[in-house]
Amino acid sequence: MNALATPPKNFEVKPKLAANGEELGELLEVSMGPHHPSTHGVFRMDVVLDGEKVVKLKPVFGYLHRNHEKIGENISYLANMPYTDRLDYFCSMTNNWAYALTIEKLAGLVVPERAEYIRAIMAELTRLQNHTCLIGFFVQDMGALGTPMMYAFREREKILDLFEEVSGARMMCNYMRFGGVRVDVNDEWIAKTKKVVADYSKFLDEFGTFLTENEIVLARTQFVGVLPKDLAINASITGPMLRAAGVNYDLRKVDKYGIYSRFNFQVPVGEHGDIYDRYMIRVLEMRESIKILEQALRDIPVGPVMDPKAKLRGFRPKAGEVYGRVEAPKGELGFYVISDGSPNPYRYRVRPPSFINLTILEDMCLGHNISDAVVILGSVDIVLGEVDR
Amino acid sequence: METLEQIKARLEAALPSAKIEVLANECAAGERSLLVDAASGFTVAKFLRDDAQLKLDYCSNVTGVDWPDKELTEKIKVKQVVDGVEKEVEEVKKNIRPGYLEVVYHLYSMGLKHGPVVLRLRTENRADKTHLPSLTPLWRGAEFQEREVYDLYGVIFYGHPDLRRILMWDEFVGFPMRRDYIAPDDFEYEPTPHDEVLVEAKKHYPAEPKAEVKP
Repeated sequence: MNALATPPKNFEVKPKLAANGEELGELLEVSMGPHHPSTHGVFRMDVVLDGEKVVKLKPVFGYLHRNHEKIGENISYLANMPYTDRLDYFCSMTNNWAYALTIEKLAGLVVPERAEYIRAIMAELTRLQNHTCLIGFFVQDMGALGTPMMYAFREREKILDLFEEVSGARMMCNYMRFGGVRVDVNDEWIAKTKKVVADYSKFLDEFGTFLTENEIVLARTQFVGVLPKDLAINASITGPMLRAAGVNYDLRKVDKYGIYSRFNFQVPVGEHGDIYDRYMIRVLEMRESIKILEQALRDIPVGPVMDPKAKLRGFRPKAGEVYGRVEAPKGELGFYVISDGSPNPYRYRVRPPSFINLTILEDMCLGHNISDAVVILGSVDIVLGEVDR
Repeated sequence: METLEQIKARLEAALPSAKIEVLANECAAGERSLLVDAASGFTVAKFLRDDAQLKLDYCSNVTGVDWPDKELTEKIKVKQVVDGVEKEVEEVKKNIRPGYLEVVYHLYSMGLKHGPVVLRLRTENRADKTHLPSLTPLWRGAEFQEREVYDLYGVIFYGHPDLRRILMWDEFVGFPMRRDYIAPDDFEYEPTPHDEVLVEAKKHYPAEPKAEVKP
């Protein structure tokens, strides 16, 4: 690690020459996206191909850019909460939590016990549905059109029903508040959630029998898109991608935010850092999430769900700055807020995990076929609402 | 982890030319930060990354902040002679703090699992001297984030391998996250032929039919 990190490859692409100076075929420049079904949204890759091999790949962003940070600076702290739903629209609950946690750190609010449990339950349910869908999408990228994704969406729908019942919205939940959560859950909801969680491992077993040892999945994913450990740390990769590369770094264990120190769960860590490890880490993480959910649903206490000191209207935290982060399903989601004592933040910044995880996309794709580049992108797990902000 | 004062003392011993300051933070969580002068920014960051006790191998977050010129008012007591009697009179003195752009790095250690150390670099002004050293050669993770700061704030990072606009389009003029940026009425304005262009264009049109002359 003492040497300077390798600079990103930005070389000039030249056609290969034979011994007599004649060109051996042409390089083909392909603009993949922004309306390509495999790019998971409006993402574009400028790819240069030698035959089918990728020799250069530059990601191009900004098709969904709406300057989320500027919007956040022009409205009040609370009014920004629904905007955070739209960052990673698969995981609005964890986005809410990250933002609420940051502002709580800034204003020194204490979250009641029951609200902490509800938050952990919501975050783990979010992780379950995000990872399930991701596996569905990425198997679709390998050519299994439709069926696995429909299985995944069937399960996701059950979790979205739970979200809808408690927050009123399936995806844009807008559920958490500074110092707690918006509405309490009832016993009926907890009973329903227990049932969904109990059935989930059965679904994972079923999904696993189709995919984990599937010959095509093995052939397409093992030793493809390998990410070395040193590069993963140096390039600020977080989330399942980092842990697949063999680094044991999970913010639920490192920061112990919320009440994660009370739960008994493990952090799965990969060995090779290839796509298959990334797939496997997500499956194992879902199993750990189920463990956390079982414990949380068992232990959830009775009590208030909002800090009585929390002020929703006319909320003006003291001047200062704070950086808060949580382990979102896609990696470390951080919010950096500078307050100048006014009702709006002076500076509001989002640290989007999937945007930064794309830094090493080119490194992983070089030398692989164009069809592998699609699968590698699928295994990074990006959502463009968050990448472009 | 060591306190910021200890880190500062060790930094000053190792790099005597660096000017380092610990900035206070008065909010509830109160993470303080290290302000380093731009010239020694790179060497300080390299020290923080390679030092055996700190090992800050993970650059989590890079943020640009805009601080425009600010008028600071100060009340000073001045002795004045009014009607032959000496009196203390309060006078308001106005100073203008010149504006600058700031880049904030949040550094953690993945190996030792501690952090954050918050590192701040400031440009000389907001207009023409907006250069800062890039830390991308130390942490690849800063690559896209520094491009974003360049794109939205206009900080020019020297030593960055690929400094281009990232979220806005290449032809875009201005830096939209600055406090004094005013958005145009229409981003997608495309001029239609008028004035000189129209005159030029008319050459290609068939001549207008002349008014009918009655016999």
